[in-house]
Amino acid sequence: MATYHINVNGQDQQVEAMPDTPLLWVLRDNLQLTGTKFGCGIAQCGACTVHLDGNATRSCGLLISSIGTQKITTIEGLSAPGLHAVQKAWIEENVPQCGFCQTGQVMSAVALITQNSNPTDAEIDTAMSGNICRCGTYERIKKAIKRASTPKPN
Amino acid sequence: MDDHKIFKVSRRDFIKTTSVGVTGLLIGVSVSCTDNKKNLTGDPQSRFTPNFFITINGSGDVTLIAHRSEMGTGIRTSLPLIIADELEADWNRVKIEQALGDIKYGDQNTDGSYSVRMFFMPLRKAGAFARTMLEQAAAKEWGVDVSTCKAVNHEVVHTSGKSFGFGYLAAKAALLPLPDENKVTLKSPKDFKYIGKTSSIVDIQDIVTGKARFGLDVNIPNCKIAVIKRNPEPGAGVKSFNPDEANKISGVVKIFKLDAPGFPTNFFKPLGGIVVVAENTWSALKGRDALKISWEKGKNADYTSSSYIANMMKGAKSKGKVRRENGDVDKAFKQSKTILEAEYIVPHLPHSPMETPCAVALFKDQTCEVWAPTQDPQGARKALAGVLGIDEKAITVNVTLLGGAFGRKSKPDFIVEAALISRNIGGPVKVLWTREDDIQHDFFHAPSAQYIKVGIDKNNTVDAWLHRSVFPSIGGTAVDQANEPSGGELSLGMIDMPYDIKNVRCETQQAPTKIRIGWLRSVSNIQHAFAIGSMVDEIAFARGVDPVQNLLDMIGEDRKIDFTSLTKELENYNEKQEDFPWETARFKNVIRVAKEKSNWGKQLPKGSGQGIAVHRSFLTYVACVVEVSVDANNKITIPKVDYVVDCGLAVNPERVKSQFEGGASFSTSIALKSEVTVKDGAVVESNFNNFFLARMSDAPLETAVHIIETNEKPTGAGEPPVPPFAPALCNALFAATGKRIRQLPVKLSA
Ligand code: FES
Ligand code: FES
Repeated sequence: MATYHINVNGQDQQVEAMPDTPLLWVLRDNLQLTGTKFGCGIAQCGACTVHLDGNATRSCGLLISSIGTQKITTIEGLSAPGLHAVQKAWIEENVPQCGFCQTGQVMSAVALITQNSNPTDAEIDTAMSGNICRCGTYERIKKAIKRASTPKPN
Repeated sequence: MDDHKIFKVSRRDFIKTTSVGVTGLLIGVSVSCTDNKKNLTGDPQSRFTPNFFITINGSGDVTLIAHRSEMGTGIRTSLPLIIADELEADWNRVKIEQALGDIKYGDQNTDGSYSVRMFFMPLRKAGAFARTMLEQAAAKEWGVDVSTCKAVNHEVVHTSGKSFGFGYLAAKAALLPLPDENKVTLKSPKDFKYIGKTSSIVDIQDIVTGKARFGLDVNIPNCKIAVIKRNPEPGAGVKSFNPDEANKISGVVKIFKLDAPGFPTNFFKPLGGIVVVAENTWSALKGRDALKISWEKGKNADYTSSSYIANMMKGAKSKGKVRRENGDVDKAFKQSKTILEAEYIVPHLPHSPMETPCAVALFKDQTCEVWAPTQDPQGARKALAGVLGIDEKAITVNVTLLGGAFGRKSKPDFIVEAALISRNIGGPVKVLWTREDDIQHDFFHAPSAQYIKVGIDKNNTVDAWLHRSVFPSIGGTAVDQANEPSGGELSLGMIDMPYDIKNVRCETQQAPTKIRIGWLRSVSNIQHAFAIGSMVDEIAFARGVDPVQNLLDMIGEDRKIDFTSLTKELENYNEKQEDFPWETARFKNVIRVAKEKSNWGKQLPKGSGQGIAVHRSFLTYVACVVEVSVDANNKITIPKVDYVVDCGLAVNPERVKSQFEGGASFSTSIALKSEVTVKDGAVVESNFNNFFLARMSDAPLETAVHIIETNEKPTGAGEPPVPPFAPALCNALFAATGKRIRQLPVKLSA
């Protein structure tokens, strides 16, 4: 076990963990931030997506010892206490079914929209292809992303 | 974490706590309200609980019990909506409480797409009884005839205009005897406020903010984490193991053996193996990786799915056990002008819900409490009682949200694991299944081999149909003797074949179960609809008739098909045929609407095509038209899917739509992506790097769902999207490429 200082949702946290512990389990086990989900553990499903300095990152493949001062944002810190525009769009489009994949989907979508405020279908496909939804909410995810995106001025 | 507290709060406390806030609010309102004729609330402590599903307190808060499991269908919303509608409750004043596993609620086993079908009337009655009693209470207060009082939106209103709030009436209604059933009238469908209208699911806000609590998220104080290394051959045991290296991993607290059940395993028994208990998940996983285990070989060590399927196909081509026989197919074939023959193969499929199986258990002083994403809390309770040897009353099963299930979480094996481990370590524990555990140790959809032979006579009419279906039975997971498909399994798409064909024979062959087999969304409808839906399309081309017209020709006259005269083995989804008859007119209607909505026969570029398939499952009639396009590299895109659905009255049409949209994607996985293979007793695939599901770029670009407006009794919506999709897609691929697909998943280059 070693001690790490990480910044999660704007707060400095001190955690005890083995150096090779994936951030996912630190968030869930040490910090009780259970909005970030486990789905595969091998960076294939996107359920564990968080932002690392604003970039969508699979927390199941990110070792605690490699994070340093990079800022971590989880679904809990996305926009609380209010809702992010992407979350609002998710609600307006009634996206979720079981809901389990949805926090990861939202995190991927927010990273996309932040970097590209008006993505094309192909750009959405690429950005979201790392997130599996077994319930098959893909069509509505796409609609919600479009709803949350801002058409480019003129 | 708070979960423990949330789950521990008793129902009464729950009512009390929640009422405080609302009472304050309402007092505020009534004080400033000049209309003092209105009595909205009463003593906040009072409660009116006319049945297990409804509680109204003096503040007017309505608490409705959701007794079925939420796994993505929206049932936690749709069933309470039914009660609220009949009760005339204001949906904004309703709180939903998830039921514990308890037989007092009636059936809680959330599978078979029957939640709405089974509970639509009982829950309407539950709501209507409560509403009637509130009206009676108001009438009594005012000393007027009850016929002059009417519940409207959380109040009872008198014809004179005066009214009482539900909260005010709660204490008074609680004193009344239950009314006679004939004094209770159900609403007329035209007066429905919520039924048939769009409603968002009650958990949506929690889901998108990460607050929703799935089984994986339950955390109780001092809870350890356990993972289990299971024999790659399900059911077989451990020869020896060495925990030394694992014990060196920091955080590992205990390693021990859980006995293996042998095979057949049964549905509730854990697979056994070596359990690693640790302080946290990562220590448990690392500890498990460090185990050295020598496995026993069991009776299925020779099971290899490819040769097993080849063998089943041999069987499918020779005479088997007759399960339905009408007329004389052999004689008819002799006179056929055209004969078609085809073989169909569908592989093992896993459920792979995004949330893997997981459960938290606390065994203490001969009692056991569990928290689990279970489809079947009563089944889990019973299984726990049996395995732990304690009374069911000493067992509490809390149902969390389910991160998908598709049939997997109707089996309680993972919950029993948690309980046994908790008993062993003397404290709370969470059992986690990794994705590898999930894919390799599932209760798989049965692999299948089918053969269909069809005779077309000189009048261009199909007059002979021979269908053989071979697959290991789900029953074989529990008992050795179940080595041939059951009538129930054949009623899922095979012996309920509806086409008007004079000579029909359906046969099966033995196929012993060699790995845990379970029910996956729509069960054997998957393979039967694939084979029949594909063959019917081949018939269209052989007859030289458009596929839509061919379907209409083959189904024949408008009638209720009397299956009792056709086969003794039909199970009509556990409903009497007179209650839910097989109606060809409804079947034809969905076909006709699909033709129109899909713009059937429209001009498409080269490499594109449309395909149709129709199937009734779980008493719901579904037509599916799929449009595909195939590029030069054989990449398949699905620009459009049209589903036409007759599921009777759709209680929550928005959720019916989402089930079908999702069903299209789920079925895209089955048709194009997914396959589990077994070699020498062990599953080969392990995670999403070698087992594939549809991703956004694979899924249909647009799924249009057309719901037939009807007041027929509601049926199901969870499973019916799946069966017709793969054959419709494969028929579209034929239209696009000229290639017939008879094996899933589709491999175009092969
Ligand atoms: S759990 Fe990290 S990508 Fe699947
Ligand atoms: S909503 Fe269930 S997995 Fe995506």
